[in-house]
Order: sequence, then C-alpha cells, then structure tokens
Amino acid sequence: MPSLANPTRFLDLAGRLIPWLAALVAILFAIGLYLSFFVAPPDYQQGETVRIMFVHVPAAWLAMFGYALIAIASLGTLIWRHPLADVTAKVAAPIGATFTLIALVTGSLWGKPMWGTYWVWDARLTSMLVLFLLYLGLIALWRAIEEPGRAGRAAAILGLVGAINIPIIKFSVDWWNTLHQPASIVRLGGPTIDASMLTALAVMALAFTLLFVLLHLMAMRAEILRRRVLAMQQMQVEHAALAET
Amino acid sequence: MSAALALLARDVRLAFREGGAIGTALGFYLVVIAIAPLGLGPDLNLLARIAPGLLWVALLLAALLSADRIFHNDYEDGALDVLTTGALPLPLVAAIKSLAHWLTTGVPLALLAPLLGLLLNLPAEASPFLVLAMLAGTPAVSFIAAIGASLTLGLKRSGLLLALLVLPLYVPVLIFGVSAASAAVAGPASPWPPFLMLCALSLASIVLAPLAAAASVRAALR
Repeated sequence: MPSLANPTRFLDLAGRLIPWLAALVAILFAIGLYLSFFVAPPDYQQGETVRIMFVHVPAAWLAMFGYALIAIASLGTLIWRHPLADVTAKVAAPIGATFTLIALVTGSLWGKPMWGTYWVWDARLTSMLVLFLLYLGLIALWRAIEEPGRAGRAAAILGLVGAINIPIIKFSVDWWNTLHQPASIVRLGGPTIDASMLTALAVMALAFTLLFVLLHLMAMRAEILRRRVLAMQQMQVEHAALAET
Repeated sequence: MSAALALLARDVRLAFREGGAIGTALGFYLVVIAIAPLGLGPDLNLLARIAPGLLWVALLLAALLSADRIFHNDYEDGALDVLTTGALPLPLVAAIKSLAHWLTTGVPLALLAPLLGLLLNLPAEASPFLVLAMLAGTPAVSFIAAIGASLTLGLKRSGLLLALLVLPLYVPVLIFGVSAASAAVAGPASPWPPFLMLCALSLASIVLAPLAAAASVRAALR
C-alpha cells in the first residue's frame, strides 16, 4: 500500500482504527479470560496452575513476533527506504521487550511449582533471555544516537544481525535436551494439545496479538507526532536566529 | 591484493605502536582471572571445574575492551573517510580491520590463557585444546566486535553500549567454546563437535559480519 507511506495518511488511518481496535481487544480479552478460567479444564498433572499457560504462551509468541516485525521493518529501512519503516522498528522494541519480560516472569512463576526452580539454563530459556537482551540493545542504540537517520539505519543493521535468534528460539526445544516442554502446537503433525484448551489459547493469542497491534499503532502515532513537534521546534529556533541577524 | 595487505600491515603495526591497547587487554585478562578466585574461594577443585568458563568470559570482556579501536582512531582523524571512498570495497576494509584486531588481540589472549589457567588449577593436559578452541573461536569474537564498534562509532560512552550490544551475540561462541574446553578437561564427551561448531561460527562471522560492519560505517559517516 504505497499510500500508507505518507505519514499524514497513516496518522489519519491509525486514528480512526485505534478506538475500534481497543474495543475489540477488550471484548476478546473478556472472552479469552472467561474461557481460560472457567471453560478450559484443569490439567490432569498440573491442576489449576496450567492456566498460566494462557498468558505465558501468547506472550512468548508475541515476543518473537515483535522481533520478526523489527527484522522486516529493518529490511524496509535498509532496502526499500520506506519512510515509516524506522518508526515501526523503533516503537516495536519496547513493546516486544515488555512481552518478553512477561513471558520470562510468568514462565518463571510457572516453573517454581512445576519444575521446582524459578530458572534453569536450558536452551529455550537462555535464548529467550538473549532475545530480551537484544531488545534492550536496540532500545539503547536508539537512545544513544542523536541523528535520527543514522539511528534508524544503525538499529536496522543491529535488528537484522540479531534476527538469527528467532529460529534458534523456535527450534531450541528440538535441537537440545531441555527442561522446557517441546513444541505441542506449531509442529508437523498438528497440535497435540486438547481442543478444550486450544480454543481458550487461540482466543487469548488473538487478543494478545491485537493488543500488540493496538499498542504499536498508538506508539507509531506518538512517534510521528513527536518528530513533527521536534521539526517545528527546530524551525522556530532557525527563524529566531535568522530574525536576530 | 597488495592494497589489502598494506592495510593489514598498517593496522597491525599501529596496534603494536600504540602500546596501550594490547598490553591493556592482556593486563585486564590477568586482573580478572586474578580476582575471580578471591571472590569464589580458593577451593582448587571448584576452580578447576569452572576454569574454562572463567577463562572464556574474561577473554570476551578483554576483547570487547579493545574493540573500540577497530574503527575509532581512523574515524577520528578522517582516515576512515578516505578508506570508504578508496579502491578497496568497504566490507573488505572492515574484514581486514577485524582480522588485524584478531591478530593483535584475539591471538595473544588465546595464547595467554594456559598461563592464567595455572592460577585456576586448569589441568595441564587441557591447555593445548583450550588454546586450540580459543584460536578457533576468537575470529568470531573479533569480527562480531567489529559490528559493535561500527554501530557505536563516535558515540559518547560507547564502551558500555558496545558491550551491551555485542555480548548477547557472543552467547553461541561462549557456549561452544566452554563446551569444547570442558570436554577436553573432563568427561567422556568428545570435544571435537563443539570445536567444529566454533569453526563454523568463526567462518560465518568472517563472511557476514564485515557486511554489517560496512553498512554501519556508511551510516555513521553520512
């Protein structure tokens, strides 16, 4: 959609989309939480604690989704020079980092009753922690470089370099001996999780995804407006300087 | 070809001439290994078990200390602008500078490791393989450090930012490096599979990292 490259058009579209999206997210969370707590059965081994899965798994999926979004946006910055690509990558980093943190914390809380430990250095947890550190690196790099063009390109390069971590996270439970559960949903041969839980998980995953999109659109609007304010301030200073002479 | 070799010779000579950089990195390596047992306790059995890990972590940190100078000095005095517009393609320039960093930092650190292993009660029969593993893994360390150095060119407090950006990328090198060294120290597992993975990581970084470093240098100079 070439027209979305125009920031004004994007702001307009996002502004109209956000209220509807917010309402939809609220409804989906209401349904999803109801399904998670009252419809999905307790696990035969884990009992009620399995319900943390309905937060932990979507958060983990979105952590990876966020980084994939950053990787694609980085390609947009470096190869296609799309005007909004660097804004997309910039605002996705804190949101993705937060979802990664949610996944790590909820996983840790789930691990204590299930595995007997808050943390273990197996392949899945280590690669998720590395993902969190990569997000932090991106945020730090954005803040460290003042000139926005250079910041966008540098962050795009770093984003692409770190993208190798995403397949490592996905396949870590297959390639290494890990404590973390192997793939039971996105796998060859179809999901092995029961339908009663799969429905709740799917609704929660959709709710989380739309929440990500909502937060991302709001953050993109804020960033575009922030850059406009900065540009206007700079013009003001320039005019004042010219008027002095 | 002669231009590339001339650049390599220049960078290696400059690294030695500065004096500070290599000596500082080796000194840092020594200091970190020296204070580690003071923090962990003098139990020699424990130290022998964790020696490969400590030696690798300290090597990564020491290499990061000196990663700055891969591009920084040339950036400061304008030589990097000349190199960017010169006859050699910029990825090749980045690769040569990374190679110079490996020759003047990675190799000395790897060769010093057995001596420092004495402080940590590393078994003598493990030393040759430890050096071999480090020589196989340090090219990856240098070439990935060049990515960080090019991303943080000219920034304030770039040292800390460089470490934050590059250390997560070092995780595979560290895991396989320690795995290779530990397998040589103890255990029935063969050290050769992790060693081969280290070689693979180094070869991949030698090819791919200069592309990223060159793109970052171009972004920094624009």
